[in-house]
Amino acid sequence: MGLTFTEKNGALYLSGELTIYHAAEVKPSLVAMLRTKNELEIDLSGVSEIDTAGLQLLMLAKKETDRSGKKLRLISHSPSVLELMDLYNLAGFFGDPLVITATQS
Amino acid sequence: MNLDQALPVFIEESRTLLQEMEEGLLRLEQAPDDPDVLNAIFRAAHTIKGSAGLFGLDAIVSFTHVVENVLDRMRAGEIPPTPELTNLLLQSSDEMSALVDAAAAGIEADMAPTAIRAQLLAQLSSYLEPAGDRDDAKHLPAETQAPVEVCGEGAETGDCWRISVDFGENILRNGFDPASFLRYLGNLGDIVHLTTKTERLPSADHMDPESCYLGFEIDFKSAANKKAIESVFEFVRDDCHIRITPPSAFAAVAIERIEALQADADKVGEILVKADAATPREIDEALALQSKIETQSNRHPPVGEILVQEGVLQQPVVNAALEKQKKIRDAKAGESRFIRVDSGKLDQLINQVGELVIAGATASLLAQKTNDGALQESLATILRLVEEVRGGALQLRMVQIGETFNRFNRVVRDVSKELGKDIELQISGAETELDKTVVEKIGDPLTHLVRNAIDHGIEPTDRRIAAGKPAKGTVRLNAYHESGSVVIEVSDDGGGLNRNKILNRAIERGLVNANQNLSEQEIYKLIFEPGLSTVDKVSNLSGRGVGMDVVRRNIEALRGSVEIASREGEGSTIRIRLPLTLAIIDGFLVNVGGNSYVIPLDMVSECVEMDDQERLQQHGGYINLRGEVLPILNLREHFRVCGQGARRQNIVVTHFGGQKAGLLVDELMGEFQTVIKPLGKLFGKARGVSGFTILGSGEVALILDVPTLIQRAASVEAQKVA
Repeated sequence: MGLTFTEKNGALYLSGELTIYHAAEVKPSLVAMLRTKNELEIDLSGVSEIDTAGLQLLMLAKKETDRSGKKLRLISHSPSVLELMDLYNLAGFFGDPLVITATQS
Repeated sequence: MNLDQALPVFIEESRTLLQEMEEGLLRLEQAPDDPDVLNAIFRAAHTIKGSAGLFGLDAIVSFTHVVENVLDRMRAGEIPPTPELTNLLLQSSDEMSALVDAAAAGIEADMAPTAIRAQLLAQLSSYLEPAGDRDDAKHLPAETQAPVEVCGEGAETGDCWRISVDFGENILRNGFDPASFLRYLGNLGDIVHLTTKTERLPSADHMDPESCYLGFEIDFKSAANKKAIESVFEFVRDDCHIRITPPSAFAAVAIERIEALQADADKVGEILVKADAATPREIDEALALQSKIETQSNRHPPVGEILVQEGVLQQPVVNAALEKQKKIRDAKAGESRFIRVDSGKLDQLINQVGELVIAGATASLLAQKTNDGALQESLATILRLVEEVRGGALQLRMVQIGETFNRFNRVVRDVSKELGKDIELQISGAETELDKTVVEKIGDPLTHLVRNAIDHGIEPTDRRIAAGKPAKGTVRLNAYHESGSVVIEVSDDGGGLNRNKILNRAIERGLVNANQNLSEQEIYKLIFEPGLSTVDKVSNLSGRGVGMDVVRRNIEALRGSVEIASREGEGSTIRIRLPLTLAIIDGFLVNVGGNSYVIPLDMVSECVEMDDQERLQQHGGYINLRGEVLPILNLREHFRVCGQGARRQNIVVTHFGGQKAGLLVDELMGEFQTVIKPLGKLFGKARGVSGFTILGSGEVALILDVPTLIQRAASVEAQKVA
């Protein structure tokens, strides 16, 4: 199962596995998109699996947009994204509102 | 532990400590402000008290306790080290010495408090009382001050490990995910707080999506030890940089463990690892870093410093380890510096080495008969080794004379005070070594000589000033090696010996005849005769005419000799010459009429052949040796050996104490390691023989007493001339 990029309600919709196996493919498209748009919203609800490499890409995106004064919003975090973000204590880093369900805490 | 067996050790140790204490007190007189000296004195007293308590020697404990208190006050700067106080403390150390002696004799318990001790205690206590009030007042405010407590951040993270890990770039590519390590870490304890470090994350263009750029700072609460925590990251250890700082609470535990450590490791790293304060990996890394810094900046930072800088350990833990290291090293050094050995064992060893030397000589003799080159060669190696062993074994018995010399500081101080003279003791050659037995036996004669020098040698101050000499008299102790013997000199810059006075007194006492023709040396030596004292007034120190004869007897018992040099008005020097060792010597083997004799090699200066022509020229008892008159002693005549002398004879030129004489022998047989065996009582009166030895062939050879023979040669010649 791969990873797909789609537009959904003006946001970038990621679905599939955001892991080391696809990191190399994701990066160029992600970077290209960062360059073209001033505001980017990424919907993470379809991310079934994420690892450090995947999260690192999201961090890269956040850093890049911060540097160039653009905006990046991550929305609808899937449970696996939330879990990893929580482990790495990165909620503050991304600064997005998170919906934490009862089962996760 | 058997206390009875330990008691002799205590006695010996206490004597050494008392000696140190006394030396310290004497030094304190010279340098009252030196804190090291005071500390050393205090430590000595403290140790004696402590050990005495162990043996239940209450008299020593209670007395030393008071002394210790006074010393403690002195250390605190509350009592100045006045001369009176030093004097009192010296007397106290004498009293302690007396108590230790009593303990050695086993009568300590019966020893009732003496008047002297009571008086000393009263005097010591007078130093304690008034200072006591002041002391309390001074310390009161300091004691009420409350300790400052640290709170806040430090306290909050006090019980947390701080793990700092930077993952290497290849981690992800190698199939590891940092997240899994963190999750696993969660099994060992509680991740209280975690910060992800993103600083290493490069810009988009330079970022490789398959590399890892993350690092974490983790506050981790866990009961696991460092090793367990470190093992979490075991698989990626080579690829990442991990630093695990123990919680401060752990530091206290680590310090405790370090202090309780029973190990002989003397490296800080080893100590830390053994006490579980650091892991081997951390130490290895620190060492690697150390050598890196060394090559880069030529600086050599201690491992401890690196560990603290790297955050591996807190400074107090490192300090504890350093302390421990010092202790272990001290203990090791203490162990390796001195071993107490029963002197009986040492004698036995030397005896056996002696036998080995004889056996070696036998073997070498046999080997020479075989014509077997290889055998002879290997035997030569063995003999060389035996010779080295012999040297080493004898060296074991050698001690420096300095310790004996230092004892005289006290003697000179006390005696000169008693006599009202101002006298300084100068010591030189303290590092000269000689046989322990000799050192032990030379103490008493030296004391006599030093006292004599102070009492008779140095004039009263007014007479010194009148004679244009410095008011302060000088007594010198000097030691040095000279041709196989040790020379000890006691000299003074006093009035010198009065030749006529000695002679008159000797004639008066009938020691010599009035018409006897005596050399200066012989007259001076009369002072060693019993019953001769040139002092008109008898003091309680010397002047009774006993003592000097005992001195000579003691020295002669050590195969030594005494010599006196004196100049009227300038002072005199008494020179004691002692053999270096009493057991084995390098000998020179000679043959007279088929009998072997050994001459101590260090007294042989040369050998000359005596041809017929010289024999014709020989006038009585001397020959002309390169323009020098050399007295000759014919050993054949001296020992009344039967038979005709060999056609070709040899002269062995011997020297001792500045005198020379030739010994006429038949045959020279070369060097020979000689084990001295004492002669039996039967030979006690035999002159010119100092012992015997067994040759390789099993034959017995007499060892010649060269000093006596030289004297005899000189006197025979003198008689003939007269």
